[in-house]
This record gives sequence, structure tokens and C-alpha cells, in this order.
Amino acid sequence: MAAVTETLDTVQSVTQSGYKWGFETTIEMDFAPKGLNEDIIRLISARKEEPEWMLEWRLKAYAAWLKMEEPQWARVDHPPIDYQDLHYYAAPKKKAGPKNLDEVDPELLKMYEKLGIPLKERAILAGVDPDTVENTQVAVDAVFDSVSVATTFQATLRKSGVIFCPISEAIREHPDLVKQYIGSVVPVADNFFAALNSAVFTDGSFVFIPKGVRCPMELSTYFRINARNTGQFERTLIIAEAGSQVSYLEGCTAPQRDENQLHAAVVELVAMDDARIKYSTVQNWYPGDSNGKGGIYNFVTKRGACRGDRSKISWTQVETGSAITWKYPSCVLLGEDSVGEFYSVAVTNNHQQADTGTKMIHVGKGSRSTIISKGISAGHSNNTYRGLVRMLPSATNARNFTQCDSLLIGDQCGAHTVPYIESRNPTAKVEHEATTSKIADDQLFYCRQRGLSKEDAVGLIVNGFCKDVLKELPMEFAVEAQKLLAVSLEGSVG
Amino acid sequence: MSTGATGFLQRYEGLAGRLPGDSALRSAAAAAFKASGLPGGTQQRRIEAWKYTSLRSVAEAKFQPDTAPRHEVETVLAGLMLLDAPRIVFADGVLRSDLSVMPPTGFARFADQPDFGTLSWPDREPMVALNTMLAQDGAALHVPAGFDAGIVQLVSIATGEGDFHPRHSIRLAKGAMMTVVEISAGQGRYLLNTVTEIHVAEGAHLTHIRLQDEAVTAFHISTTYAGIETGGTYDSFTLNLGARLSRTEVHAQLSGAGAIVHLNAAQILTGSQHADFTTVVGHAAPGCSSRQTVKNVLNGRSRGVFQGKIEVARIAQKTDGYQMNQALLLSPDAEIDCKPELEIFADDVKCSHGATVGELDPDQMFYLRSRGIPDAEARSILVRAFLAEALGAVADETIRNRLETAVGQWWERQKA
Amino acid sequence: MLEIKGLTASIGDKPILKGVDLTVPPGEVHAIMGPNGAGKSTLGYVLSGREDYTVTSGTVTFNGIDLLALEPEQRAATGAFLAFQAPVELPGVNNANFLRTALNAIRRAHGESELDAVQFLKLARAETKRLHMPDDMLKRNVNVGFSGGEKKRNEVLQMAILRPKLAILDETDSGLDIDALKIVADGVNALRGPEFSALVITHHQRLLDYLVPHRVHVLANGRILRSGGPELAKELEKNGYAGMIAEAA
Repeated sequence: MAAVTETLDTVQSVTQSGYKWGFETTIEMDFAPKGLNEDIIRLISARKEEPEWMLEWRLKAYAAWLKMEEPQWARVDHPPIDYQDLHYYAAPKKKAGPKNLDEVDPELLKMYEKLGIPLKERAILAGVDPDTVENTQVAVDAVFDSVSVATTFQATLRKSGVIFCPISEAIREHPDLVKQYIGSVVPVADNFFAALNSAVFTDGSFVFIPKGVRCPMELSTYFRINARNTGQFERTLIIAEAGSQVSYLEGCTAPQRDENQLHAAVVELVAMDDARIKYSTVQNWYPGDSNGKGGIYNFVTKRGACRGDRSKISWTQVETGSAITWKYPSCVLLGEDSVGEFYSVAVTNNHQQADTGTKMIHVGKGSRSTIISKGISAGHSNNTYRGLVRMLPSATNARNFTQCDSLLIGDQCGAHTVPYIESRNPTAKVEHEATTSKIADDQLFYCRQRGLSKEDAVGLIVNGFCKDVLKELPMEFAVEAQKLLAVSLEGSVG
Repeated sequence: MSTGATGFLQRYEGLAGRLPGDSALRSAAAAAFKASGLPGGTQQRRIEAWKYTSLRSVAEAKFQPDTAPRHEVETVLAGLMLLDAPRIVFADGVLRSDLSVMPPTGFARFADQPDFGTLSWPDREPMVALNTMLAQDGAALHVPAGFDAGIVQLVSIATGEGDFHPRHSIRLAKGAMMTVVEISAGQGRYLLNTVTEIHVAEGAHLTHIRLQDEAVTAFHISTTYAGIETGGTYDSFTLNLGARLSRTEVHAQLSGAGAIVHLNAAQILTGSQHADFTTVVGHAAPGCSSRQTVKNVLNGRSRGVFQGKIEVARIAQKTDGYQMNQALLLSPDAEIDCKPELEIFADDVKCSHGATVGELDPDQMFYLRSRGIPDAEARSILVRAFLAEALGAVADETIRNRLETAVGQWWERQKA
Repeated sequence: MLEIKGLTASIGDKPILKGVDLTVPPGEVHAIMGPNGAGKSTLGYVLSGREDYTVTSGTVTFNGIDLLALEPEQRAATGAFLAFQAPVELPGVNNANFLRTALNAIRRAHGESELDAVQFLKLARAETKRLHMPDDMLKRNVNVGFSGGEKKRNEVLQMAILRPKLAILDETDSGLDIDALKIVADGVNALRGPEFSALVITHHQRLLDYLVPHRVHVLANGRILRSGGPELAKELEKNGYAGMIAEAA
């Protein structure tokens, strides 16, 4: 309740400000030359001091990518992307190794402040001993363009056996684990963008939760695209061993620019017997201006494998940013009685385009999935839910429930729902519901009669519409997400 | 050797100049068909509209139209239990006046007065292109303004191993009414590829009932385009029981304010049957409503497909669109694929769809069996109750009874 | 003081109010009675600024403020409260949150400090208790899944918490049993004071037994036909509207 009021206050304070996060940090960058070829991949691999097998894996992905075509099936429209006109590697210049917190560029710390990374974490990033900071609950891995600059809380996490580090470090320090799991959920040639990512990924996070361990804090990554003409290609791999639990938060922002920037990430999750992974995203990349100029192209492949019996993977996303969002966080439910969840809010305004949804592939007996999707379209935007529920013959007594609601604000936008339902097991049960509505005039009037302004009323009604999803977010993120919803819809009601 | 796209095109080349109607349209259709081929027939780029239905088996079949009249036609016709109303009978794609009871007015034959209509675009749907290329006969039913034409039966009986491409046109002028009962049946390994164009003018009301009970070795493709004007109603119900592979595709365009369309269907399949019910409802005017209830009952290794798209244009405010599809899987080898789709560009609309897929409710089964009803019978009771809800959409009792009989016969055949 | 002078209003091209003159002095409760289609609900909507209605002429001032120039939320901030005949459902929006947001918006408009969650809950719980309503009323989503009676009671609860200076009750009594009717009347009576006015739109005299008005006005065909004391309501109950309308015509 407090959160909503705070949301409304914040909305007022940022009204008219446009994209609040559109600042640019001036830090010296180290770029690879533009373009993509085997030499660039070799360079990336060399800069990361990767073992030979990793380079080969990348080259294999690159060879596959060369033979693939950009997918055309999504309801998104953009001028052709010139993949040779991008920098595939950009790192902040450093005097020494990046792991020494004292050497973190003060500009960077200021940026975290603007990003809204909580004070305690900033203090830690600034070099304060973690043990002296009380009640710290979130560990942050900040990905600044392509390099993880600093990872906090390493020590605390190590005590419990949790590994949380940049993936490049994991490749060097824990090669066996990485080798075993990377590409096992999203194969290198899974799709065009995943193949591209596999060839050129520069950073991302690696998480390993050992058997029976409940991760003592929420893990968090803040992604941020900073440099011009860079594509950001992170790769995240989370492994939850039997009986373990982890909650992972991902926040994304980007500076305001005229040109479009490409972001193509891959996230792989593996949950073994009784393991639980909760993955929450608040995506607020720069959406472009009100005329549709600029903004991030966000082509992301996220997939989790519930390999173990009774394992559970839960995706929660609040997507308010990006010019284009192309994203389908999915679950392959292999284990018996495994559970997949997808909770999504996608807001599009102005000329944004979102084509997002999920796939729930039921293989295991008694596997269950829930899909709750809330799409909100305003301005001249298009918002599409695209989802697949597949019950394989082995999925005895499997269950799916899908609820898919769209809200239109204004008559120049589009809301689309494209569910695919495939069942090959009679004992499996699938239920799907979809509705489309608008904010009713009488709802607005009712709120205004009670004293709320039009914008506040819209914020309240939209937050109500999204409640079933927002309640799945960790508290801290939920507040942020509510603010974002209201800000994203600014000016959408006449 | 299979006929395939090449065979159809060769046939067209051979007939060119001798086919009735607009030859330019036919050659455009041939060019479109040449470019598209049969969906799934070759290793081409996948067509989303045919995601769940491949016509590879059609492409691999050999079709040989046989000009000699076949005696099976009368046998099949005798088994159809037609209603006491006018009937227009086509056998192997050709009008059989001798078997027909013509309606008093408003009937014309495609072979005499070829009319391709204006709604179907051959370059959009490959099977419509094929039909446009090869159509030779069909029925044109035109009801004048304010006239109630009652029930008219449109019967197709096909036999042998031929391919038939009937072209029908149904036009209702302002305030006119008619009920068309379209029944198709046959014996053999034929392909029936029908295209029907429908115009429902202002305030007119067309009820269109379809009973597809083709030979289980046959292919049945039917594509309908319906344009419904202000205050008009197109109320259709399709019951698919037969054919090895069937696809019923309906494009309904609501082009005048307050127009209404109902596209209801039931598909009951067994063995290795495949039935695809695909609809596109275009809301292109304000205040229109569309209603769909589609049920699939799937036994054996059968596969049911439902694709239903509702498109709401910017102008179509106050649209009311509703779609429900339910599937019962009676066997571990059956498969259902659904794709209910909403594409919405107007904000003041009420659109929803729902889908449920599963088996018979185990609690209900147990209840019936605990009362002494054997398993098979209990299933039959529950399945027929499930279907009764779909058939309930058919308002005319005589016609509904006829459909219920067809379901009953189908059920008996499964026992045998 | 609410002053309505020569008010005419229409929906689209259809005139509904055809010249309403009405004054409600501070501290008074006035009842508006009249047959179906008289324009009673329209009057309530026009006073609170619903966009579907066009005011074609006339003035409305409340304590000297020109209400017609204000947005709906600004009218609410002047202290005007409309209890809806059909309260609107707000899925996912919880009642307490909704009310606190509204209360704080109004307090802000008056330059008053906002209530934090604790302060608000204390106030809201006290009012809930006083009106004999269950506590979970506050936790539920605004009017979602409420019965007709619960919706009306929720309007009264909102009124009690927002403490308006002018309450407009649009047939709040319709469809209520006698106990619920008393709750509505108690809700209004509790607010009575020298600063508070109310306009009670009703069909039946029944509510007025518990909520005794200073004046009763008969609205028919978009105009006030007659005004009088509480006895006028009794007369209407006995003789109906037909005679009076015929007489006026």
C-alpha cells in the first residue's frame, strides 16, 4: 500500500522528465574494432583469457550463425540491422585488474547512484568492508557494457559455498562447471540471436548454488548499455543443485541515444531435484523518443530447464523499456512434478514494439505451469503476447493454466494475443483465458470523483491490472516496477 | 506417379481455353498456385497459416478424374437422410439435375454463369488458387430482397480417385433469409476442394449448416469467404466427422455496423484422421459481434486443429468478440493443436477467448460407473453431453436432430 | 452553500436538465425525489463533473467556488462527494490503498500533511467499526465481487473517511434492506454539522424516515416542480407523482 502511494508521488516528481535514466557516464572505453569475424571472436576470447575449448565453442556458434537468418515471425518491424557496424567488445579502461574495488572508477559509482542501486551496495562497491554493513541482503554483479566491473559479497557467499561471479571469471576459475552446463539449455544454434550471443558474449553472471543450500541473499545484476555502437551480449548461467534455492534479480537501463542499440542476451537456468530458481527482471532500456527514434533492440533468449523432480523455475518480468522487445523466457519441465511459472507485465507506449511471452514444454509426469501475462499498450505501440504450451505424450497428469490480459489505452495502439496450445496426452489439462479491455470511463470518473488526478487514476488502475504479476516480485523490485509502469505510460491519457 | 502441384498445373494447361469464366483470373490463380504449391507439399518456407496441417499426403496422392458415371452415387445419396426440402446434388463435382429437387427460384449453375465472386484472393490461399484454376461447376444461390428462401440443401457426393473443385456463391439481398444445409459424403480416395463465396446484405440472415461425412480415405478442403453488411447475420455450424484429412477454413468479414457472425463447429475424429478448423473473423465496422464455440473429440491417433483469429480494425469500436474452444482427448495417441489469436487495434472492445484441453472428467466417469453404467457407455454419455452443448448452437430442431443422428451413427460405427 | 441557477444539461443532443434552480444552505440536508427519467442521477453527475454530460447553461457554485469550471478531482477537493448509484469495480486495487490515495490527494489540495499508512489504517479501522462493517472491507479490491448492498455500504464508508462538505447520494437506498438503510442514514447523520450539506436523491420516502431532510424537492422532466418540508415526501408516498406532474403541466 505504501508502495503505491510512493509510486504516485514519484510519478509526480518525474513527470515531464521523459526517460529518467537517460544519462551517459563518461568513462574511457576500450573498444574492439567494428565488425564481426573470426578474428574479433579470437580477440574477445583472448581478452577474456579463455581456455581453448571456449574459443572453439564460440567459433562453432559463429559458423552456425553465419548460416542462419534473422527470424521474421514476430510482430516487430525494424530496419535491417548491420551486424558489421557494431563494436562487439567494449570495456572500461582499467589500470589494474578489475577485481580490486578500490580502483573502481568514481564515475562508475556515481552511475550506480543514478541507477538507484541501494546505498548499502554502493558503499560496498566503494570499498567498505561488507561485514560492517548491516542487514545487507542483495549481492550485485554490475555489468557495465561488456565487463563485470565488480562483484560484491563474494566472501559472504563463498562461506555458504555459493559461487556468484562474472561468467568470464567462471570460465577461468570453474571451467568444468561451465563446460558441463553452458549451451545445455540454449544450444549454440538454438536461434539466430542465441547463436550470435554464443559467438560474441562478453560478460554476464555465473551462479552456482550447491546441494541443499538456500542462497543467503538475493543476487542481483544491473545491466547497463553505455557506449555508442556497442551491442551488449551477456550470458548468464545459473545452476541450482538438488535441494537448493536462489532468487536472482536483473535490472536494465541504458542511456538515451538517437541510434538504435542492439542487446542480445542469453540466460540459462538449470534446476535439479527439489531446487528452486526465481528469476526477476525489470527491463527499462531506453525505449526511444516519442517519435520512435532511438531505443534498444532487445532480442533475448531465456530458458530454464527443470531437470530434477519437484524442481521449480519461476520467471517474473516487468518490461517497460526498449524500442523492440523480443523475449520468451521459457521452461522445459523435464522432472516429475516440476513447476514452471511465467509472470509478465509488458508496457508499450509511443512507438515501442513488444513481442513477448513464454514456452512451457511439459515432459515430466505431473509437471505444472502457470502463465500470467498482462500487456498494456498505449500511444502508437504494438504489444503482442506469444506463448506456447506443449504437453508431450510423457506428460501424464500435467497441468497448465494461462491467463492473458491486454489493456489498451488510446485508439492508435495494438494489442495482440497469439497462444499456441498443443497436447498429446489425454490426462494433461490445459486451460487458457484471454481478455482485452480498456480503462473504462466510469472507472476513471469514479477515481477522480474521489479526488485522484487522471494520471494517478490511470496509475492506480494499471497497477491493479498488473497486481497478480507485481506481487511475485521481491519487495524492492515491486516498488521500482510500479514507478516504472506509471512513468512509462506518462502522457498516454489525454 | 503422384499428381502433385505439377499435375494440377498440367491439367490446367490442358484445359485452358475450355474452362468457363474469366480466363485472366484463372491464369493469375495458376501463377499464384505455381508459386505457392501445396502447403507442406514441398520443402518450402513454412506457411504460418498451415502450421498444424500439411498437405503432403495430398501432394503425394494420385488423382484420376473418371468421367464415367458411378453407381455408388445413388447408394451414398440414399444413405444421407436428407430433409424434406429442395436439394441441389453434385456428383463428382458436376450438377446432377436428375437427383436434385431445385428450389423454386434463385438458382444458377456455375458452368452456365461462372461467378468467382470478389472476396477470395487466389494469391493468398494456395487451395483457393487451385480451385480458381480448375473450377468447372458449382451452385449460385441468390435470394432477392426481403424474401425468405427457407431451407436449401447443397449436397456433394464424390467417388473414385478424382479431384473436384466446386465453386459456390450464396448471396442474400437486403433483409433476405435462407438456411443452407451443406452435406458432403462419398466413397473413395478423392479430393474435394470447395470454395464458397457468401454475401449477406443489410439486415439479411443466412444460416449455414455443414455436415462433412466424407469417406475416411478422402481429402476434404473447404474455404469460405463471407462478407456481412450492416445488421446482417451469418450463423454457421460445421460438423466434421469424415475424411482422412480435412480443412475447413472460413474468412468472415464484418463490414457493416452491428453485423453478427457465429462460426461454431464440432469435430469428432478417430483412427488417423486429421481435421483442421481455421477461422479468421475480421471486425471492420463498429458494434459488430462474433461468437465461436469449437469442440474437438479425438480418439485413436487422430489429430484435431483449431486456429481462430479475431482481427479488430481501428474503426471497429464496441466490438464484441468471443471464442471458446474445448478439446477432449479420448486416447493416449490423439493430439490437439489450438491457436486462438487476437489482433486488436481498437481500444473500446470486449474480446476474449478461452481454451480447455483434457480428458473426460474422472469424477463424472466414476459417478456414472458407480451407478452401474459400463465404462464404454459412460464415456459415450459424457462425450455426447459435451457435444450436445456445441450442437445446441443449431437453432432449427429438425436440422439439429439430423446432426445428432449423424453423431449417433458415427458413434455406432466406432463400436462396430 | 450550494447554489444551482438555471442549470440545463444534455447527453449528446438530448436535453435532460431543463433549468434547475436549487439552494442548499450549509448544515442542511435536502432530498430530491422524482419519477424515473426525471434527471435525478444526471444532476448528481453534472455536479461532480462527469464528461458524458454537457452543461448548456446555468451556474453551480459551492461555497462561492464555480464548480462547473473544475475537473472532477478538483470538485472532490472542494469537499463534494458523490455516492454512486452503481459503484464501479476496480480490479486489483485494494480499498484501503484507494482510499488513502484519495484522502491524501484531497489533503494535499488543502495544503495539509498526508497520512502515512499507520495513521490512515487507524482512522479507517475506527470508521469501519463505527459503521459496523467487517474489517476485511478495507482489504478487498474496490467493489470487486461485492454484493449490491456491500457496494452501497462501501460508498458510505468512503464518505465517512473522506468527510465531505457536500454529500450527493444517488439512490444509495435502492435495493437495500432495512438494516443497510439505517447504516446509510447513520453514515450521513454522523456527518451532520453546521458545515455539512447533503443532497439525497431517492425514489422512496423510506430512507427519509431515518435521514430526515430539511427540504424536499420534486424533480420531474428536468425541472424542480415543487419544494417543501419533510411532509412533501409523505404526500408523494401517498399520492404518487402523476397528479403533481399533471397539475404542473
